[in-house]
Amino acid sequence: MLQDKDRIFTNLYGLHSPGLEAAQKRGAWHLTREMLALGPDWICDQIKASGLRGRGGAGFPTGLKWTFMPKEVRERPHYLVVNADESEPGTCKDREIMRHDPHLLIEGCMVASRAMRAHKCYVYLRGEYIAERHAMEAAIKEAYEAKLIGQNNVNGWDFDIYVHHGAGAYICGEETALLESLEGKKGQPRMKPPFPANAGLYGCPTTVNNVESIAVAPTILRRGAEWFAGFGRPNNAGTKLFCVSGHVNKPCNVEEEMSISFRDLIDTHCGGIRGGWDNLKAVIPGGSSVPMVPADQIMDAYMDFDTLRDLKSGLGTAAVIVMDKDTDLIKAIARLAYFYKHESCGQCTPCREGTGWMWRVMERMVKGEAEHDEIDTLLDVTKQVEGHTICALGDAAAWPIQGLIRHFRPEIEARINEYRLPRAMVQGAVIAAE
Amino acid sequence: MTDTFKLNIDGQDIEVPKHYTLMQACEAAGAEIPRFCYHERLSVAGNCRMCLVEWEGAPKPIASCAQTVGDMRPNRDGSAPNVRTKGDYVQKARNGVMEFLLINHPLDCPICDQGGECDLQDQAMAYGRGGSRYDENKRAVEDKNMGPLVKTIMTRCIQCTRCIRFAAEVAGVEEIGMISRGENAEITTYLEQSLTSELSGNVIDLCPVGALTSKPYAFNARPWELRKTSSIDVMDAMGAAIRVDAKGDGVMRILPETNEEVNEEWLSDKSRFVWDGLARQRLDKPYMRVGGKLVPTTWGEAFAAAQTALSAPADKIGVVAGDLIEVEQAKAALDLFRALGVQNTDCRPAGAAYGTDGVRERYILNPTLMGVEEADALLLIGTNPRVEAAVWNARIRKSWLWGDLKVGMIGEAADLTYDYDHLGAGGDALANVGSSDFFKVLKDAKRPMIVVGEGALCRADGEAILSAALKLAQDVGAVADGWAGFGVLHNAAGRVGALDAGFVPGDSGKATGSILGGGMETVVLLGADESDLSGLGDATVIYVGSHGDAGAARADIILPCATYTEMDATYVNTEGRVQMTARAVQPKGEAREGWAIFRALSQVMGKTLPYDTADALRAILRGAEGESTVFAGHGFAPGAGSVSALQADVTGAGGAIKADAFAAVIDDFYLTNPIARASKTMAECSALTTALDTPVAAE
Repeated sequence: MLQDKDRIFTNLYGLHSPGLEAAQKRGAWHLTREMLALGPDWICDQIKASGLRGRGGAGFPTGLKWTFMPKEVRERPHYLVVNADESEPGTCKDREIMRHDPHLLIEGCMVASRAMRAHKCYVYLRGEYIAERHAMEAAIKEAYEAKLIGQNNVNGWDFDIYVHHGAGAYICGEETALLESLEGKKGQPRMKPPFPANAGLYGCPTTVNNVESIAVAPTILRRGAEWFAGFGRPNNAGTKLFCVSGHVNKPCNVEEEMSISFRDLIDTHCGGIRGGWDNLKAVIPGGSSVPMVPADQIMDAYMDFDTLRDLKSGLGTAAVIVMDKDTDLIKAIARLAYFYKHESCGQCTPCREGTGWMWRVMERMVKGEAEHDEIDTLLDVTKQVEGHTICALGDAAAWPIQGLIRHFRPEIEARINEYRLPRAMVQGAVIAAE
Repeated sequence: MTDTFKLNIDGQDIEVPKHYTLMQACEAAGAEIPRFCYHERLSVAGNCRMCLVEWEGAPKPIASCAQTVGDMRPNRDGSAPNVRTKGDYVQKARNGVMEFLLINHPLDCPICDQGGECDLQDQAMAYGRGGSRYDENKRAVEDKNMGPLVKTIMTRCIQCTRCIRFAAEVAGVEEIGMISRGENAEITTYLEQSLTSELSGNVIDLCPVGALTSKPYAFNARPWELRKTSSIDVMDAMGAAIRVDAKGDGVMRILPETNEEVNEEWLSDKSRFVWDGLARQRLDKPYMRVGGKLVPTTWGEAFAAAQTALSAPADKIGVVAGDLIEVEQAKAALDLFRALGVQNTDCRPAGAAYGTDGVRERYILNPTLMGVEEADALLLIGTNPRVEAAVWNARIRKSWLWGDLKVGMIGEAADLTYDYDHLGAGGDALANVGSSDFFKVLKDAKRPMIVVGEGALCRADGEAILSAALKLAQDVGAVADGWAGFGVLHNAAGRVGALDAGFVPGDSGKATGSILGGGMETVVLLGADESDLSGLGDATVIYVGSHGDAGAARADIILPCATYTEMDATYVNTEGRVQMTARAVQPKGEAREGWAIFRALSQVMGKTLPYDTADALRAILRGAEGESTVFAGHGFAPGAGSVSALQADVTGAGGAIKADAFAAVIDDFYLTNPIARASKTMAECSALTTALDTPVAAE
């Protein structure tokens, strides 16, 4: 279990003031000037050595990503864009950072901008995040007034930060769609290559990072890469914010060590599963986009990237959705299918057409109003969407359904039988033995 | 660093330029890649996902249209990456995409105008399933109003966005877009109106399915029952390549064909939709005015009357050729009237003075239409290419958008779909061009291009303007080795051909303005409907033409003539390119080809012309073996060859330039000639644009 002295987000629950003075007392903006003076290569090396992997879901090594930026600024300026479009169902970690520890994020933006030789940073906020916007703007104002950021600031790296409010589209959390939206266009993902590090915002070299990835960076630099790398199993280093929701006694956001076991996570912080461990049915361990894992496989699994990948799921955003035996899993997944159908941007064919199809079949399966062979058809449709789209939303729409069918197919079949049986009798039909 | 990249496609080693897309590379290797959203002349969207191929080692299939070959990596052992365009993996991926495209696509192929020439239909044969697995309700999308030209059945739309990209990139009007998202995404014109573009009909060709079809052609014919004839368009002076589709004796539709050097593969709305005008208002038999009314007659009687009219003194006879005259008719008419001693012949609009000095380079577009892609500065003088040569305007836009072309303009300001420096409205701006900022642009340009339009030439000081423009071209280095950056943009298909045939006033002959200005006993109009005929007085008018329009209304004798779809005829476009139309249908009624009318008349007049067939006439035009005439060979001498002719000193030639603004040549893009004026479709388009231009009170 993570000790209090090792927490990065010391005001996660808003028990203290988010203001600058309080944040500085908690350690923010400490030695920033000295860190920046050590230069981009040092920062990137430290982040690489810390083993930090992107906290937005894909888990790509953050330090490596930063080194993709051109080594010198030519005619095109460099940009850092912070992805605060936290829309993944179940995920609410960035929200807490921006509400209660905004200075860690702002400092992180500055450090990261130094690492990628950027002087401008845009924070793309989710449309629904009104309070967070106010918190961020207040904190940015404080930082400007204290000359921590801005032109000729005390930290010695000219740096401006802007908050941009999205309009509430899930797809704008996809990095290239986010850039399109930030440029004022319709939020539709771009094709890659070119990757943003080459041609991103306004065609300039850009790195898009998740809020949490950026916010942990200054603390890593202050306390050393080894300290951060000391948590978790190899290749899954560091501390991580887990957002536990669903059928636990005390749903919560908590910063914990990577690779904590699921049982420890729930027992320590969430007061256990509702109705006890025997009542656990399945868990979606990383936000709505990853396949669910049944109880027996997840109970003692490590909560980290590699373990969950081996379970054919993923850590994603570490939004742990716990479902007990009262849960209608089919209905839950149908709801997620509806979400993806609703949020598909409509640009490319498989996702535009496939998400609606999958949702409609799922809705019928909730009632059991389907044929047995439709389960295979549905699985086939998810495979036809997966990997054939421009962005990852197609995959995200396909995986929850694949997870359901992989682990709970008998339940779907039972539902279908249940639906058919009484109807056959009510109609008085004599069904020939098949 | 080499510019090529090695690939292994379907087991075949191939080396292609690095800028190639994987799709191009696959095609170079002989593989066929299905596609919907990809189009050579539009930006890459990559959204249909039909062109998926397998790249060995990649986790997912690759959209080949969006993958640049140069961005690909060799295999770990350094060998060329292996790409497969066939096999189960690729087939399964494409089958999946095809299934998704079809689940919400209506099964209305039997009543769909696209049926038989539909990309979706064709590719479904290769990648579609036998039956549907989709049991849910299909999506329906409300149809959009896109004006009188484009019919929409939006339920058929597969959201390939070709039409959006065409409107934004080629036509330069951002008036089509996609609204909503996911499965609710719809292509719309936002305001439910037709595009304010002269090129809107091209979206019909671009649409790979039956969502956007031709409204005038709706339910008229099926593609497989049409007789297809490759021909040339005469609605403007570009001479776009077209295909005339006919059924029985009617032209059913006109489509563009690809001619990279002229129209790429676009066509203006007027050229595309004018075909209903070919069947209306036709002069299908000879007429004579009897007691003030035109009554049908026979060819014999009409010729007899014409003979009487033409026995007037030769200097009291005038002949004016119109905009659509073909070279054969011009040649035959000229031969006959010269034989009769008539010198008053002209093919130019009233007031124009160009084309008489025998220097062909001074009335054609020397740098060629395609040349604008090489030019880096363009000065338009008294011309609005958007209405005078709509398809060329798209090419100027292309060069401006993707290249570094800078455009300047002297004349009436207009929305040309690209930015330009407006130097002024009239002659004074041309006289003072040396002191403008744009002069420096022209001077610094490697290949400057100066184009004069009829708006600047058809006036009293036209010759001075032409000389001044040529002088300017010489001063800025537009006429240099290998680059003849000076030319005239005509707007009438027949003009250059008639000029090439010598259809200008003979010795001390009168020009159009004087012929039509009164004092003639007999005036012969060869389809001359655009000129002011009010000054003819009591002259006897012989009208040779195809449509009942201004000329026929004033005529005393009408000799009906075939149109461009009804004969093999030679036209020379504004760049001097000699091309031929082809007969797609028979001439209407008793109408005859123009040259044949004059051949017959010559016999009546006792001056029999020395050719019995059009081929014999064309042989005379071509000249003797080895003789270098315009019509010999392909007759097209673009660019460099013309340089020396343009280098003659023209300082101060032609007199003074007046300061007046250059008048617009075309008031109404849709109604520029008798065929267009007879077309119901063109009338609808015209009414719509006029309504747009008329201010309405706030509602």
